[in-house]
Parts: sequence; C-alpha cells; structure tokens
Amino acid sequence: MKQVISKQVESIKFGLLSPTMIKKLGKVNVVTPEIYDSDGYPVEKGLMDPEMGVLDPGMGVKKWKLGAGNFGYINLSKPVIHILYRTHIYNFLRSTCSSCGRISLTEAKIQNYKDKLDLAANIDSKEVKKVIRNMIKAASTVKACPHCNTPREKTVFKKPQTFFEGKDERLWPTNIREHLEKIPDDDVKVFGVDPAFARPEWMVLTTLLVPPIRVRPSITLETGERSEDDLTHKLSDVVRVNQRLLENINAGAPEIIVEDLWDLLQYHITTYFNNSIAQVPPARHRTQRQLKTLAQRLKGKTGIFRANLAGKRVNFCARSVISPDAHIDINEVGVPETIAKELTIGERVTEWNIDWLKSLIKNFEGYPGANYIITNEGRRKKITEESIESILEEVTFGYQVERNIINGDIVLFNRQPSLHRMSMMGHRVKVVPGKTLRINPAVCLPYNADFDGDEMNMHVPQTEEARAEVETLLLLQNQIVTPRYGLSIIGAIEDSVLGLYYLTKDRYFTRREASELLLAVGIDDVLPKPTKAGKEELWHGAQVFSMLLPKDLNFKKKGKVFKNGKVEKGEVVIQKGQLKQGSLIDSSFIGPEGGVLIHKLFIDYGADEAATFLNRAIHLGIAVARKVGLTMSFNDFDIDASDKTKIQKILDESQVDADNLIKQLKSKNIEPLPGKTVKETFEAKMQHVLSIARTKLNKVIEAKIDESTHLINSARAGAGDKILNIVLMSGFVGQTDLRGERINFGFKDRTIAHFNKGDLGPRAHGFVRNGYADGLDAVEVFFTSITGRDNFMDTAMRTPKSGYMQRRLVNAMQDLKVAYDGTVRDSSRKIIQFAFGGDNVDVSKSDKGRILNE
Amino acid sequence: MVKDNFAWIKKNLPEGIKFKDEKLAKDRYSKIQLDPGEAIGVVTAQSIGEPGTQMTMRSFHFTGVAELNVTLGLPRIIEILDARKLPSTPTMHIYLNTPHSKDKNKADKIAQKIKQTVLEEVTKEFTMDLANGEVNVLLDKDELKRKSINLNDVYEQLSLQVKGADITKKTASISVKLKDNDIKKVYKLKEKLRDSFISGISGITDVLAYKSDNGEFIIQTFGSNLKNISEIKEVDFSRTRTNNFYEIEAVLGIEAVRAAVLREVMHILSHEGMAIDERHISLVSDMMTRDGGIKGITRHGITKEKESVLARAAFEIPLDHLVEASVRGEQDNLVSVVENVMINQPVPIGTGLPELFVKMDGAKPKASKAKKKETKK
Repeated sequence: MKQVISKQVESIKFGLLSPTMIKKLGKVNVVTPEIYDSDGYPVEKGLMDPEMGVLDPGMGVKKWKLGAGNFGYINLSKPVIHILYRTHIYNFLRSTCSSCGRISLTEAKIQNYKDKLDLAANIDSKEVKKVIRNMIKAASTVKACPHCNTPREKTVFKKPQTFFEGKDERLWPTNIREHLEKIPDDDVKVFGVDPAFARPEWMVLTTLLVPPIRVRPSITLETGERSEDDLTHKLSDVVRVNQRLLENINAGAPEIIVEDLWDLLQYHITTYFNNSIAQVPPARHRTQRQLKTLAQRLKGKTGIFRANLAGKRVNFCARSVISPDAHIDINEVGVPETIAKELTIGERVTEWNIDWLKSLIKNFEGYPGANYIITNEGRRKKITEESIESILEEVTFGYQVERNIINGDIVLFNRQPSLHRMSMMGHRVKVVPGKTLRINPAVCLPYNADFDGDEMNMHVPQTEEARAEVETLLLLQNQIVTPRYGLSIIGAIEDSVLGLYYLTKDRYFTRREASELLLAVGIDDVLPKPTKAGKEELWHGAQVFSMLLPKDLNFKKKGKVFKNGKVEKGEVVIQKGQLKQGSLIDSSFIGPEGGVLIHKLFIDYGADEAATFLNRAIHLGIAVARKVGLTMSFNDFDIDASDKTKIQKILDESQVDADNLIKQLKSKNIEPLPGKTVKETFEAKMQHVLSIARTKLNKVIEAKIDESTHLINSARAGAGDKILNIVLMSGFVGQTDLRGERINFGFKDRTIAHFNKGDLGPRAHGFVRNGYADGLDAVEVFFTSITGRDNFMDTAMRTPKSGYMQRRLVNAMQDLKVAYDGTVRDSSRKIIQFAFGGDNVDVSKSDKGRILNE
Repeated sequence: MVKDNFAWIKKNLPEGIKFKDEKLAKDRYSKIQLDPGEAIGVVTAQSIGEPGTQMTMRSFHFTGVAELNVTLGLPRIIEILDARKLPSTPTMHIYLNTPHSKDKNKADKIAQKIKQTVLEEVTKEFTMDLANGEVNVLLDKDELKRKSINLNDVYEQLSLQVKGADITKKTASISVKLKDNDIKKVYKLKEKLRDSFISGISGITDVLAYKSDNGEFIIQTFGSNLKNISEIKEVDFSRTRTNNFYEIEAVLGIEAVRAAVLREVMHILSHEGMAIDERHISLVSDMMTRDGGIKGITRHGITKEKESVLARAAFEIPLDHLVEASVRGEQDNLVSVVENVMINQPVPIGTGLPELFVKMDGAKPKASKAKKKETKK
C-alpha cells in the first residue's frame, strides 16, 4: 500500500541564519583549501569532506553514515559584509548611534514612527516602505545622538561594499558588527526588520555556510579528470584566502597586508553570493568564463525558480511527429506500437483481473505486455527472461502490474506553446502502426497544429485520481466550446466538410450506396422511406445526413440552400431530426470556430452526443468525398478569351484613372481631405482607384465561375479554399499592401531602378497586373516579396511580445478562483468580483456569452 | 446563490425587456454557472493572451478617412495592461451639446478653441540679443487675429510661465530679458519660449471634427486634458472620453477607470475582429483597479502586491524578493499556486481545492494536533 500522507508543508518562514545556527547546521569546519589528496580521495575538513556527501552516487564510504550530506561551515578569520544586505546595513549605520545603538531620534519621535508603521501595515507594503524611508531620512541627518549625546558623523556608503565614517575613516566589518550588535530589538523593528529572524549583526558574516556536495556536484570528464562546480571553485578561494588571512594575523603581519587580504576575502565572498554586482569585477573561471554563483543559479528563465521549481520534468510521456488520420475519432490519439510498448499504467492486481494481468506479464516481450511489477512492499521488479518465472508465481492481489497502454486508455495530449487550456486535452489511446502520433484533423485548431513536422507530447496519468480528472474535465469533447467566446472551436475541416456539402447538395443514392455510407460511419439503422420510390429507390443526401441527428432536434439558421439548380442564400432547417432537402451543410455548421450545429448539440444534448455526431459527420464526409473523388486541375483556373479581354479592360481603365489622378496632382487640382496633406490625399485616392479594379475583377470572375469544379465547391463549402484565392490565381493580384499603403520607398524618388524618377503610376508602386496562374513578372515578384518579408518580420516580433504579455497576465491572475460563495477571490481571500463578469456565467457553457442565443 | 443572482437579474431587467420563457432562462442560467474552485484567473489570462499572437503590431492605423492615427492592436493592449502613465498616443473624443454638434462650422470653431497654441505658431521671428541676454519675439499679427488672441494674452501667459526674466511688451513684439545674462541661458530661453503655451487647452496638440454615423459632429483630439475640457460649456462632458486613464482617475475616480479600461480593451479587440468575452476583460480591469488605484499587470504592479514570497520570486527578480523577505522574517503560507507547485503539493485551486479529512483506523484525531506543535517547535 502507498503510504498515507500524514505530513504536509504548512508554511515556509524566511529569515537570516545566525552564526550559532550556522555552526549548528554545519557538521564540518572547512579549513583546508585542498580538495583531494594525492590518491584522489577527498581530504578531511576540505570542501569535499565525505560528511557533506559522497562524490558520486552509490560510492559508499563505510566510515560515515550518509544521507543527503550535511552542511559545512567556514570560520572567517575576520568578519565580512553580506553583499545582499549592504543597503540594510547602510540604513542601520546611518540612522543609529554607534555608541548606544539607539535610533538617532527622540523617544517620542521613535514612538511616533512606530504608530505610523502600525497604521501603514494595514494599507500596503508601499506605505510601510514610505514610513521607513522617512524615518531613516530624519534619523540620518541628526548631528548628535539624543539618547547619549554622542556627537556623530555622517556615515558614507561607497559602492560596492565599503563604509566610511565622515569622509575618510574606514569602517571595517568588525566596527560595523559591533555597532549593529548594540541596536536594541525594539529599534530594529522600526526598520521593518524582525529581530527574531534577522538581527542586524547577522548581516555581517563571521561564519560562512558551505552547502553539501549534492548542491555542487563535481563531474568526471572522459579523461578521468575531475571538474569542480563553480561554487566549489569559489568556496576554495574563500577557504584559501581565509587561511592566509589567519596566518598573517597570527604572525603579526603589518596592518596593510592584513587589510588587503581582508578585502580579498570580502571580494570572494561577495562574488560567491552574487557574481554580477555592479562595480565588482565578476570572478572568472580559468577559461575566462564568468562563474555561476548562488544568485545566478536562481535568476532568469534557466534559474532554479523558473526551470526547476515552477516547472518540472516528468516520466510517463512520449513525443513524436504528428500526422493526420481522419478515420480515428476526434477524441482519440493514434499511438504507435513502439510508444505503447514503452509507456505503462500501474494496474492493481485483483481477483477479477489477475488472469488478464498474468497474460500480459507472460507477453512481456510483445504487445500488449507488461514491463514491471510493484510488490506489496513497494519494490519495483523488471520483467525479464530470467525473472518472469518467479514473478508469475509471486504476483498476488495488491501487487501492481505496470502494463502497456492499450486502446481506450486515457492520456493527456499537448502541443506547445500551450497558450490556452485546449492546448492540453484528454484523448483515448488507439494503437496504430507507424512511428508518428495521429490526430483527427478536426482538432488541429485548438492545438494550432499542422503536419509540416509539428511534434506533440503525450502524458499517461498514473493514478486513479488523475485519470478521473482527465476523463471528467480534460477529455476532448468537454473542451469543444472555448471559454474565450463561447462557441465551438473543434469542427470538421477540409475533405470532410466538402464531402458533407456534396452529400446535402442534390445528391441521390441507391439503397446500396446509402447503406455503404452509413456503415462507414457505424450506423446500421433501417433506412427511412426513399425520396424517390419506384423501380429504383433513391435516397436524398439530406436523408442520409439526418440519420446522424437526434430524432427530436429542431434547428433553424441562415445559411445556403440549393434551389432550382443553384446555390442561394436561405434558411437551413432541421425539423424533428430531419434536414430539409436542399439545405446545405457547410463549415459554418460543422466547422471549427463557431460550428453552430455542433454547438447546438453540445448545449442541448451534451458533450458526448456532440462528439459522437461530429465523429460520424467527419467519417461520413470522408466517405462521400471518397465516393465523389475530389480532384483539381489547372483547367479550373482557365478563363475564356472574352473574359480575358474584360480583365484587360479593367486594367486599362484603372490605368487611365490613375493617370488622371496623377495629372490632377501635377496641376494641383486635388482638394486635401480633412486632416491630410495633398500628397496623402492623392495616395488615398490612388489606393481607392486601384481597389476598384479588384472589385470589378471579383465580379467578372465570380460571374464566370464554373460551379461544377471541386475547387469552387470547396470554397463555397468553406472547406479550405477561398474565392479570393481563385481571383488571385485566374485574375490579377492587384495592389500589394504594405502597412495600409502602397510601396513608397526604395531609391531616391522611385521604388526600383526599373522606373523613372517621380513615377507615381500603379506599376511603379507595387500594382500587380498578372495572376498567379499566368505568373508574375520580375518587378511584381519583387514587390510582393516586400510585403511578404514585412509580414514575416511582424510575426517574428509579435510572438515574443505577446508571449511575455501572456506570462505576465497568467502570473498576475493565476491565483484567482471562484470561491464556494460564488465570488472571485485571490489567494489571500480578497474579493475581486462578487460574481465573475457580473453574473457568474461560465463562458464555455454559455451560448456565445449568453444564456441562449435564439 | 444562483437563485439570488437570477432574482436580481430579473428585478433589474432593462425597461421593455421581458423574458420570453422565464423557466427556460432560469433553467439555463443555473446550468451555466461557474463551479466553485474554477481557476477563472488562468482562464481569463489565457483568453486574452492566446489571441495576442494573432493581433497586429501596427502601431499606427487609419481608423477611417477622417480620423487621426491612434495606437491600436497589440501594442495598445500591452500599454493598457502596463498601466503606463502616458499613452503613446493620448487622444480624446469630445462630444458637443446640441446646437454645436449639428453644425460643422460651430464644431470646427470649438475645435480650434480647444487646440493649444504655442508661441512659435504665432511668431514671425525670434531674435536673440546675446549681449543683453534678451530674446525678441516678433509676433505674427495675422495669425494672432485668425486665432483671436491679442497681444495682452500672450504677455500674460508668458509672464506666468517664464521665471527669472523681465518681460516687456511692445507694439508688435514682446521682449524677454534675462535677469542674469548668460549666453547659454539665452539660447535655452529661446527654445523654451518656442514651446510656451499661449491659448487653447494645454496638451491638445491637434484637433479634428468629424461626422459620426448618426450625423453628429465629434471632435477627436491628439493629446488629452480631461480636466480642462470638462470646463468648456459647449462640451457634452457625460459622453466625452479620453484614453488617458490617470486623467480619468483624477477627474472622475477609480470606478470610471474600471469602466474605461473595459471599454477601451473591448474597442481594440472589436477593431481587430477578435472575439473575447467581455467578462474576461472585466476581470482584468477589476484586478487592475481593485485597491482604489491603477495597478499594471507588471512586476511593479499586481505581482508586487502578492502576499506570497515565493510567488513573487518565481516571476521576476527573485533575489530582491528573497532578501527582503528574510529581513522581514516573512512567512509564506503556501496559499497560492506556484509555491505549492514548487514543493510538490496539490494546488489550492480547481480540483485541488476541496479538503478531505479521513479518520484512519486507530488514529486518534489528537495525534495530528500534537504533530503540529512539534513542527512549530
């Protein structure tokens, strides 16, 4: 059995370590700078003293009982300032008396500040700081101590770490410590310092704590040489200088030598704590690399906080390239057998599953099998050729068998960057051949995934609690509606949309065909009455589609209808689960980002029903698409000669308009628009003229569109293509748009050398007269590349900016939760909102943010 | 709770609006309530942050033919969340009272009145007399007339603003003489004079009256000065708005800022065509204004106010926070998310929120108390 958790961290207290505490903590007094002896063994009382832990894991030393390793300490020959507390030391020194230790203010004034401090504590930390700052300011300008009348000189702090009394009398850490010791506890409190946890004199170090070896492990290079951690390097510097200082003091060396060594000791200890202090030259490694000391270990993205504490590495996960598979369900993930063989779930042996689990153990080399067993004592045993016999005998109730994941197991699937909660959803395992992870293309949008080499991660939850949580909260179908705006963001894309569009668009099927389609989806209900009876019974596509719908669904929505052989705007109607013939299903009903039909089902029938419908719809769409056979050819972009002349005419007209505009500008006939100069007005008008050309072009192309091609139909169905793309291909591209303007830079007075200076015409500023099907000329390619590059750069600069914004937002708000009373509160239980958004509505359960949107 | 909420909503329905089906509404409403423990802060942060990658970065954007350029898109959102003292493009929309709002000329006139004039605009020439430490300002009479400013106004304004110099007015010019002559100072004085405020409303550097969709004339300005605008009687102050939140705080108070942040962010999002539910933005704006002042979503703003030491340290500049905490003897009670992640304990949010105590066989309830005492020692 797992151990019952009986202890739990309740709080963490911060404070300073007193010298006595350090000596109590440290089990070794480190005195020798040598680390290893000639045989390579750690020197006793050195930095690698076995009392502080072993050199390598598993390297046992009989003499010592070894746990995680103990701390050590260094007795400093002379006290040294703790660099991180230098400002605090300065504050104490400048505002207290050196002879009596009291704050240099009258008793009444001190009391006054104490009262103010109590008041400020109720407001916020900023207010407290302000009071303390004022107190220090008042006390540090006093000429003589009001308590003992000792005249005092101003304390001067010279960065980085030296103090002077008056102008030139150096205050050595010994003096400072003596001074700080005198300050009574009551006065210390006025500085906002809690003397129980941080006596001011502790900020001047007399002993230095040495961390255990596992904090600063040494590594063995291939050559067998030992390479020490940066901290060890730094500590050995400290020990060396410390010993030298001690020797010199004992030998009665001249003051100047002692003081020099003292400063050197200070330098080493300063850089030991923080190696990036201004005005302190950073300590370097032999190779000139800056040493990474304590502060550097904590800081930044790769520091302890963000890399090891706020985010941790995990076991039971897999990562691979993803590829699409429209034949699996949306809430499934295709897992290659090689991965399934490696990942395990611990299954408890019971009366009911012992036989099955034993069969898995027997099949430990194949799939599905088992990799490990965990005995009742909690020991883990690997199942191997040798151990299998004994394991099979041993396994009894209560054991855990780490069996391979199998179809139907629940896993977490994730794609980075994890920008929203739909970036990590629960899927069910479906073991597939190959080496890539498969997902249904319908879930690309929430993950923001495509298949150009994207990789995704999979995690296997290991406890019943975790699995239950994934199943009830994270499972894909529960995430269909986004909490961002309350519409579905999972839906059919590409072929399946087009398939359903074709299905509902005037298509009839024989009994055999209709049955085939429905069986592909997994429906084996009896077919309804055929639309066309007679010798050959025919079923309309809408009837086939209706087989997927719940029998009591009523639904009306503006969309497209197929009437009199044409696609028109109209109302799509579902009555009693029957799609009206002629109503067209396109991506606005079953697509991502607001598929209304999916959303309707989600609201009225629940997540599971919506997911089932979507699965079936996708599979049905694919089946239809396969039957229809989707193809595309270059002919689809062809336009006949009469249209070619029409397009040419549009281009000519726009050229004439543009020329007229230029003439107007030259003859100063342009009236400036309000808030704009003449040149700006000209540019705006020119853009308008050129955009008219595109509008005209759209009309010409759209009038001539061949509705029978798959290309057009896919655009109409919203299955991927857009009419605009067809226009750009068979017509012309038109004006390139750079930040809302034409391209207006380059050489002096012209964009590129192919044009005359001062040419204001369309072509010289990025108007593209060709379509992609015919091909662009060199100048046009150049202009379109400018905008392409600009957009690329924009994206490249935007990503980190918005990433940082999101990090800050999450950090600021991650503790907010809905309390049991319905209010939104932060971690200290302060109320932020009485009801989230005023009505406590969960957007992901709502209908586009409303209760109902009908 | 749900019941109360619904009753409240029912009572406060806008006039003329009734439930089509009260039972259905109530039913649905109770179904779509948030569950206790929901990590609503994270949901909100993600809902705003995730579409950030899709927003434009263009700082300047044409908002129609007649309007001035204003920072929009992602940079503006970041600016709002940072709670910068000054927006990069401070701007106001000034609504006018009836006679003025219908007439282009009247609106234009007010616009011109609002626009600030600096000395340079009404000056023909600045001449420096280095020997005497004097700057002569030759005023442009036509320009003065056009702006209906007289020489006296200029003189008065200058004498208010320029210190340490004698100002004398002449027929068409004003001379400013330094009390203590110094060549460097003369040059500085000249530069200072150029930008001296003469008339209008200080801070409003550009104005434009435009026609809104309903035929009303609205003045859009570059630069903002809510307090002074409020004193103009032709202005319909109740509808006038600015994008400078600190001015709103000073003039109208923090509740107005709360509403303004919500409105401004929603405006930018709708401009970008980005769908984010208003509830999320309202939570952010409540977060920013909750303690009566404007706090940005930065390390100096909201994060600094966090109670937990480790939560602060985990975000930015960990060292300073740890040093301060140790000196003050602070205690981290592990109430928020990050610290519990750090020490591998369930987080007190979502499914980690409910606490369950089970009396184990043979274990006496007293035992746990005794343990607590031990740890405290």
